[in-house]
Amino acid sequence: MSNATDTQYGGSAHGTTKSYIIGFILSIILTVIPYYLVVNHILASEMSYIVISVFAILQLLVQLVFFLHLGGESKPHWNLIAFVFTLFIIGILVTGSLWIMYNLNYNMVER
Amino acid sequence: MLTETLTNNHNEHEEHHDGSTNSVFGFWIYILSDCVLFATLFAGYTVLHNNIYGGPSAKELFSMPFVLTETFILLTSSFTYGLAMLASHKKNKSQVLLWLFITFLLGLSFVGMEIHEFSTLIEEGNSFSRSAFLSSFFTLVGTHGLHVTSGLIWMVSLMAQVMKHGVITKTQTKLACLSLFWHFLDIVWIFVFTIVYLMGAI
Repeated sequence: MSNATDTQYGGSAHGTTKSYIIGFILSIILTVIPYYLVVNHILASEMSYIVISVFAILQLLVQLVFFLHLGGESKPHWNLIAFVFTLFIIGILVTGSLWIMYNLNYNMVER
Repeated sequence: MLTETLTNNHNEHEEHHDGSTNSVFGFWIYILSDCVLFATLFAGYTVLHNNIYGGPSAKELFSMPFVLTETFILLTSSFTYGLAMLASHKKNKSQVLLWLFITFLLGLSFVGMEIHEFSTLIEEGNSFSRSAFLSSFFTLVGTHGLHVTSGLIWMVSLMAQVMKHGVITKTQTKLACLSLFWHFLDIVWIFVFTIVYLMGAI
């Protein structure tokens, strides 16, 4: 009986103790490295922006895979499809806003 | 006890088209719409963060070790919530309660640190009305803090429900929803940490 009710939530897989520990250690590492790089001014500032962004995206992936188990779900992957759609919307929203506002700034403000 | 058996039987019959799968998916859709909300706040912050109106900039304002501690606390709470979920799959009531309680304490200390940070900023005259940068900072970080606070209130109510009813399908579904919410807040914080604090310190 308990096996029947124990199945999946939202069609998604759930992790094991091992996967949570791996995820936790990776997320700590991915936090400490960019922190160290920034606080000790190891890289030139432009390079820092890129490297930090890469670490944030890696961290995002680690959390999605190890904590939210995205992609591990069964059958039609609705969770993943909805997520990718959201990324698309966020992409339009953020790049669109920044593009418009910086152009406005450039055209309106004396500098 | 009786209700537990009833729910379990009920669930056995409807296992493949049951409500719990749909509620968790529905909650996932809510989380994604919340992502869009945070994306607008991040866009607002990125546009406004240079407009300091003669006030302090991010570099002068934020203490990095403090922020790193906050990040560790939130990461750890995400991990302990994961352990609560594992216990919930095993229907281990006392472990669910234990890990939920630890997660709650970590979440509470995170909110406490954030309130401390905000009140110090306001005391020093750097409140949200100081500059466009600080307005957008308080909106972004404050919205995240409010989410964490509501997650904590929800966690207390779930602990009470688990204590009362035990780990049944209904509470498992709710635990699964809160787990999505909690991990999502952790992910949002990673971007707050990177975009507001780390990029502010460069």
